[in-house]
Amino acid sequence: MTRQEYNITAYTENQVGLLNRIAIIFSRRKINIESLNVSPSEIEGIHRFNIVITETEDVVSKLARQIEKQVEVLKVYYNTNADVIWQEMALYKVPTDVIAEKASVERLLRENGARAVVIRKDYTVFETTGHREETDNLIRVLQPYGLIEFVRSARIAIIKASDGFNHKLREFERREPSEDVSENEFLNSRDAVFTM
Amino acid sequence: MLNYEPTTILAEPETTSSAAPETAPTPNSTGAEAVLNILLAEGVDTIFGYPGGAIIPIYDALYDFNDRLNHVLVRHEQGGIHAAQGYARASGRVGVVFATSGPGATNLVTGLADAQIDSTPLVCITGQVFAHLLGTDAFQETDIINITTPVTKWNYQVTKAEEIPEALAKAFYIARSGRPGPVLIDITKNAQLQAFHFAPYAPCAHIRSYRPVPIVRPEYIRAAAALINQAERPFVLWGQGVILGKAEQEFKAFIEKSGIPAAWTILGAGALPTDHPLNVGMLGMHGNYGPNVLTNECDVLIAIGMRFDDRVTGRLDKYARQAQVIHLDIDPTEIDKNVAATVPVWGDCKETLPLLTALVNAKSHPEWHQRFQNYMAEEVAAVINDELFPTGEELTMGEVLQQLNELTEGEAIIVTDVGQHQMVACRYAKFNHTRSNITSGGLGTMGFALPAAIGAKFGAPERPVVAIIGDGGVQMTIQELGTIMQTGVDVKIIILNNRFLGMVRQWQELFNARRYSFVDIQSPDYVAVAAGYRIAGRRVETRDELQPALRQMLEQPGSFLLEVMVAKENNIFPMVPQGCSVAEIRLC
Repeated sequence: MTRQEYNITAYTENQVGLLNRIAIIFSRRKINIESLNVSPSEIEGIHRFNIVITETEDVVSKLARQIEKQVEVLKVYYNTNADVIWQEMALYKVPTDVIAEKASVERLLRENGARAVVIRKDYTVFETTGHREETDNLIRVLQPYGLIEFVRSARIAIIKASDGFNHKLREFERREPSEDVSENEFLNSRDAVFTM
Repeated sequence: MLNYEPTTILAEPETTSSAAPETAPTPNSTGAEAVLNILLAEGVDTIFGYPGGAIIPIYDALYDFNDRLNHVLVRHEQGGIHAAQGYARASGRVGVVFATSGPGATNLVTGLADAQIDSTPLVCITGQVFAHLLGTDAFQETDIINITTPVTKWNYQVTKAEEIPEALAKAFYIARSGRPGPVLIDITKNAQLQAFHFAPYAPCAHIRSYRPVPIVRPEYIRAAAALINQAERPFVLWGQGVILGKAEQEFKAFIEKSGIPAAWTILGAGALPTDHPLNVGMLGMHGNYGPNVLTNECDVLIAIGMRFDDRVTGRLDKYARQAQVIHLDIDPTEIDKNVAATVPVWGDCKETLPLLTALVNAKSHPEWHQRFQNYMAEEVAAVINDELFPTGEELTMGEVLQQLNELTEGEAIIVTDVGQHQMVACRYAKFNHTRSNITSGGLGTMGFALPAAIGAKFGAPERPVVAIIGDGGVQMTIQELGTIMQTGVDVKIIILNNRFLGMVRQWQELFNARRYSFVDIQSPDYVAVAAGYRIAGRRVETRDELQPALRQMLEQPGSFLLEVMVAKENNIFPMVPQGCSVAEIRLC
């Protein structure tokens, strides 16, 4: 069986500690998580993990079932890149004087599907969204102009064939609404403590 | 744990003035009192624990619950959790543990890992430093939630009293439902002290994101029955799932109707009586000859509540390749994990087995059974006779088990540690009843048996409990003799002393050219140690003394420690060497 990129999508409760519980399913097997995004889903109270790893389908299917087995996980899917629409976003900071003087900025933006987010006297921040090779390409283009800083987001992916689950999730949330996440309320009350 | 912590009093968190005080329900309980009332509501009668600074409020409340909750003071938290495991395994109920924060909590980790891999329902309650101190390296603070995440079915940190009822309700539900497992609830000290309104307790029966039992699919039941009905050489492997599902009767009905020979994993032992005619013996590395060899000759393999551990399967690419596999399990992640199933039967076997029994034809497979009997005859001649009825001068572990069987007649709970004595005990102990074989199977935790036997006796006080322990393992948790002394619990302890870490020595003999590297372990005078704890004891060195000593141990009221000096360099056979197929099992 061949190894390839898989996109694991997990719908979960919003609970402190669940990220760790899911992450150790990978680290226990010494599998590197290439990309991890945690965000609310389309249903309030239900969270969505997007995890990208490179493995065989046999391994990925077992990992998916181990994740789904966790008490606070609702449902897990795994898909190849062909089965998802996916994007990553990247930000690039360059010195404004260099870029304005030496580059044809307009062409550069058009060719890379990028846009300027901030333009200041001292620096300019560009943004682009796309697949890895597209965001990588703009690094190469901007490197000669003194690229100061670069950051790329985790991958987010929409499953092409995910129509049915939205209804199920909605119905699920309607029948049993989510509980609020419980966090430590006391971390800022240290000064109010009297110690003998 | 000693408490050096200065007394601290946490101010009430500032309440916003807009909150309407007249609607706030009046506090009627502290968090600590709620914990104990919830334990009572969950039917808990026994707690194994050890106090310390961060759990003092719960222990303070316990002072007033002494008449309703039996707290067993152990000598080390690891002993506490193994005792809770023994209690849970003997009784089928949830074992409960109390420990303090920091070292008290970290001492639970081995037991949690053991309970996780052997599917034992536990609720462990740990104290934690005040919520406002989390992350400050406070005295006896440790991040026990993150430490225990890989070894718990679920865990949760409570930082205010209002969370206690729901957290504990979920803990008991998760621990005992579906495939059972350990749960840890970490409660900060302020939450234990806090007064709050404790509404009438509602146990948990449902969590929206958690499906403990998969939906039974009738089409797979029919497919499984069809495979079984056309099989000429069907073979059943059963594991602890039969016991955890309380499905012993359903299991017996299934094999008796289908007439299929059945073999057990060590955690499954006892679900079917040892002398049942369809019980063909033990699977795996030191299992019986026939069940291992014939795994690779059967045409349909029916696995019930077992997980194809590597100690059962040997080399996977040569394991039952010829067979169609039917796998019944409550945990969907076990199906296809190690051995691909032709027909997966998801579900609780208490529910699925009767459905299957209804569809299978009544058969007896006499020729196929004869093959198991032939292999057994070979094993008896080559191994078992010498082990159970030795003629040499030295005592064998097997003859101790043989003599014990004659005296207990299969009625005792046998608790074993890990190593050679464990394999001998599992192979030769006679079991008439389920929940009679308590051992550390998956994790192989030396030091398990002594505390687990204490717990087993509390879990099944009407039954005799015999712990069988090696001279290595007993020294790992020997301090629990103090628990026996203080509680007066009636546990019979047999130390099979071969003056070696025997299993490792056996491997070094067979696979490392007898380079005995650090397996030569010395023992104290165990009888004298027992006497120090005011426990009766006796040491046996010759065959003549063995039966009278065993009789004395069993007949004398109260706990008893019997040390039996056995042959130093006996090996456990049969054996499937590591990396070999089950069919390559060696008799010598």
